Amino acid sequence: MKSQNLTPHGDAAGTPSGRRGFLAIAAVGMTGILLAPGVRLIEIAQAAPAAGTTSAGAIAKVRWGMLIDSNQCRSGCTDCVNACNSENGLSGGTLPTDSQWIRKIEIKDVRNGKTQSLPMMCQHCAEPPCVDVCPTGASFKRADGIVLVDRHRCIGCRYCLMACPYKARSFVHEPLTHQKPDVPRGMGTAEACNLCVHRVDRGEAPACVAACAAAGHAAMLFGDLNDPASEIAKRIASYSTRQIRENLNLDTGVRYIGI
Amino acid sequence: MAGRSTQRLFIVSMLCWLAALLAVIPAAWAQAAQGSSSRVPQPVIETARGGECVADPSFMRRNHMKLLMHQRDDTLRGGIRTGKYSLKACIACHASQRSQSVTAEPSNFCQSCHNYAAVKIDCFECHANKPADSTAMQQDKP
Repeated sequence: MKSQNLTPHGDAAGTPSGRRGFLAIAAVGMTGILLAPGVRLIEIAQAAPAAGTTSAGAIAKVRWGMLIDSNQCRSGCTDCVNACNSENGLSGGTLPTDSQWIRKIEIKDVRNGKTQSLPMMCQHCAEPPCVDVCPTGASFKRADGIVLVDRHRCIGCRYCLMACPYKARSFVHEPLTHQKPDVPRGMGTAEACNLCVHRVDRGEAPACVAACAAAGHAAMLFGDLNDPASEIAKRIASYSTRQIRENLNLDTGVRYIGI
Repeated sequence: MAGRSTQRLFIVSMLCWLAALLAVIPAAWAQAAQGSSSRVPQPVIETARGGECVADPSFMRRNHMKLLMHQRDDTLRGGIRTGKYSLKACIACHASQRSQSVTAEPSNFCQSCHNYAAVKIDCFECHANKPADSTAMQQDKP
């Protein structure tokens, strides 16, 4: 019955009604596109990727970080370095042309002779200089704060090696074979500690942290700096921690106790 | 007289040759068109390890590079590791039973087709061309 009522009405109106209807729908559509005052497109654009990755990917709510207690770190122990090498398929060489994603350094206070040992790697800065200088956008920071190299875009210019104040980046000089399926690496690209991103995405801690804990040193702690309930955030809130080269204001994701 | 008979013999033999050629050439063409000729190289498609592919094989042949290109950015930049079209999964299924690889030998899955199409693969300059378990085995050996 309804359709019978409607059909003659539509016929009577004819084409002008159709046009008017179209214009009305178009007007409603345009109003929808117009933004409310105070809403800027840039905010919507920046919110979009984070919202898109919440289901399964990296989200900006999380910031992965590491806390290293140099009082617990033993001089001469290289468990973290070995674990990194075997996890990521690195040769373990220490020549200038070998990739080193993590290295142990010894520091000495010249006034009193006190020595300390600590691991150094990519500090996963919130304001990474390597990302600033990269001409192709290959060096990038993931939403959850992990700084990575997109080797698909890396042209091997090595600006990032120069820009990093921590000497964390390495360059692959020679062809590689037998890479790990989870850790692609190749000649002509820059690389550095990726915080074992494949393990983190599986919900595991990085290999160095796991190895340190397995050896019973517990000098390394991994977690979400943004989550006040996490162990790492609690410790940072209760102990005095340092960032290396704090004066550069890079807001590093790797923090140290006891230096 | 002798000259004329020789000439006739020559013409007849030429005609025979021509007839033979005309008979042979179309047969050779037909054979080539069917693709059974050994002169035309064909890619060797090694059997995958199991199950069905993530999409129809004819679709994958044309579009695998687009799928991989799209998902690599999601994985690396977005951290989404749940995608259906991962290179790791391709390799896990398509690695040769003999070489445990997709590129080590000319008959291996990726290599044979790319040789046929004359398209260079860059993937395996960085990515492992073997599944995880076989890589582990190989590294334990020495």
